[in-house]
Amino acid sequence: MNAVNRQNVRLSARRFRLRCVLALARKESYQIVRDPSSLVIAFLLPVVLLFLFGWGISLDLGSIPIGLVVESPSRDAERLVASLRGSRYFIVREANHRQEMEPLLVGGRIKGLVIIPQDFAANLSRGSATVQILVNGSEANTAEIVRSYLENVLQTEHRHRAEETGNRLIGDTIHLESRVWYNPNLDSRAALLPGSIAVIMTLIGTILTSLVVAREWERGTMEALLASSITRGEFLLGKFIPYFALGLTAMMLVALVSVIIFHIPFRGSWGLLIVVSAIYLTVALGLGLFISTATRNQFVATQAALVVGYLPSFILSGLVFEINSMPTPIRLLTHILPPRYFVSALRTLFLAGNVWEIVLQDTAILAVFATILWMLTIRKTRLTLE
Amino acid sequence: MLERIRRLVIKEFLAIFRDPASRMVVIVPPLVQLLVFSFAATLEVRNAGLGIYNEDVGVLGRELVARFEAIPVTFSRVISCSNDQEVREVLDSQQALAIVHIPQDFSRSLESGQIPVVQVLLDGRLSNASMVVQAYIGRIVRQFVQERQLNMPPRHSSVDQIVPVTRVWFNENTSPMWSSVPALLAILTNLVALLVTSLSVARERELGTFDQLLVSPLRPAEILIGKAVPAFVIAYLEGGLMVGAVIIVFGIPFRGSLVLLAMAMFVFLLAIVGIGLWISSLAATQQQALLGSFTYMVPAVLLSGFATPVENIHPIIRWLSDIDPLRYMVAISRMVFLEDPSLDVIVPYVAPLLPIAAFTLFSAAWLFRHRLE
Repeated sequence: MNAVNRQNVRLSARRFRLRCVLALARKESYQIVRDPSSLVIAFLLPVVLLFLFGWGISLDLGSIPIGLVVESPSRDAERLVASLRGSRYFIVREANHRQEMEPLLVGGRIKGLVIIPQDFAANLSRGSATVQILVNGSEANTAEIVRSYLENVLQTEHRHRAEETGNRLIGDTIHLESRVWYNPNLDSRAALLPGSIAVIMTLIGTILTSLVVAREWERGTMEALLASSITRGEFLLGKFIPYFALGLTAMMLVALVSVIIFHIPFRGSWGLLIVVSAIYLTVALGLGLFISTATRNQFVATQAALVVGYLPSFILSGLVFEINSMPTPIRLLTHILPPRYFVSALRTLFLAGNVWEIVLQDTAILAVFATILWMLTIRKTRLTLE
Repeated sequence: MLERIRRLVIKEFLAIFRDPASRMVVIVPPLVQLLVFSFAATLEVRNAGLGIYNEDVGVLGRELVARFEAIPVTFSRVISCSNDQEVREVLDSQQALAIVHIPQDFSRSLESGQIPVVQVLLDGRLSNASMVVQAYIGRIVRQFVQERQLNMPPRHSSVDQIVPVTRVWFNENTSPMWSSVPALLAILTNLVALLVTSLSVARERELGTFDQLLVSPLRPAEILIGKAVPAFVIAYLEGGLMVGAVIIVFGIPFRGSLVLLAMAMFVFLLAIVGIGLWISSLAATQQQALLGSFTYMVPAVLLSGFATPVENIHPIIRWLSDIDPLRYMVAISRMVFLEDPSLDVIVPYVAPLLPIAAFTLFSAAWLFRHRLE
């Protein structure tokens, strides 16, 4: 044991040799080119994923099927029906009895149901009438949106009536004027796409490197490396350089596609984007290398990569689900997940520009992650057989 | 034949469960993820920051501000700004999600019967949260106006009111967890089944033990079945474990029929195992298998309706969602948990799984044999 330790110390204390690193990097590059799956991962996969994110996830409601029941037709009910039909968010199915429509709510064949009751017109002429709204809650998020859109239609109708009759009284109303900064049309794609680049790069980074060390152990080629005089730092750096180059190219490719094809504005500076991306890649690739080094077994490494690479960066990064809204323990957990900081930096760089306060803070935290991860990986690397 | 398959199945189980690390990664992470993600998957807005730029010196402006301060669940931080510069800083640095700007003449014009303009500035980087907060601020201001009217002397005429009475079915408090947990259950079961199958052949190929299998009396179909059964069993049991956890730990109502869910899960897992075997027979190395799993898993989750509704998917890739088995399972799981659907409602969701399962299984078998020659 002592002998092993001493040998390790001696090995890592030796002077760092660039030639060794480059030789290993070149060997790794050959391996990348020979097995085309690495090239597919680096260039094809990110772009395909970007299109999936761009087209596949959106929070802008469109063509939601709803039901409408008018229990007794009247002029007032007809106006309401017209404004619901005119809304571009809904596809309206109509019926005269609620019994026909209510079963359709089960299974979400209609997501919401508006019922204009029999006494609607009569009550309205007396000053106040109710309209019933039923929403299918099994998709809670959609339910909330459908609900507020439907209530909005009623509100708009109410305002129109007020304007027409001119019956406004003192202290009657306040006009709310909304303006949206950074993303004037509140286009959900513009908000989601920059953040999804972070998920994509986490995936790519982890897949690229999660197997590179485990593979050497499993194939037995690690022993050949052990017989050479290479040190831990040289070994890891040699593994890192080719994948870093691949990853950074992929990152720029994805950023360009978002700007050119999806017309997402980029208001920050490209230099800053490259710096943040480089640091993030160091984290993502480092994570893969760490998994690979720690497990030494491709099966376990793969499972670990899938588990940490995708869903946490998708769900816990603040990309779709707002971090502030999560319960405290989970919110604390997100602080130790690097994708969160990259999502925030990317979003700000794309939509708001160089807001130093945010970008610098995110970059600094990512740099800390990179350092810790690399220290752990170097410690875990054993260039000796046990 | 059955005896040969049985032996291969036992060998596969041993291969996974002998190594403590493999055992761990198959069983523990899905349960942990279920626990963590369930709480995270919400589009509600809570604990947000709100900036208030109140230029009004009157009482009414202060009253309106007090309204916003009185809801700490939504706005846990209320930040006062005193000029445009501060407004920009607060919004830029994301200390606040929205700024409410109350103009100088707010109290005066409200009292004299004019319509004051209150400006709301929103952070479009968080488009969904902005939308939710916008609606929320609108509701608060409307309430403020209505309550003022109640306190005023009765009027000679008034605008006719249309009052919406909203009820949410199946999930009365629109708890996001009630819909995310059944969906996550389907996603995580999928993940387990896919992982175990997709790697099984690639690993043997890489270790060189695949040739040994081939020279054994096992026929290709038998090898395939032997690889499929353990993955299926593990994923099915894990799915059952999660259903139990969902009911007991999260207290989510189970209103439908357990038999129906079990049957749907059965067909669903057949389809997933087929996809896993597909990846397995195509992949020469474990890296390729990993790549294959990701390539399937990412779109499957994105297009499943878990995070964003299926209706919002762009028409160009809508068809992809139609062949995504996970999409049907997510819908089935939500329905069976919350809605207690009748058979005629659920059949249209189970039916597409059958051809998908048949296709993936048979084509995987064909591919497997084809790749051997």
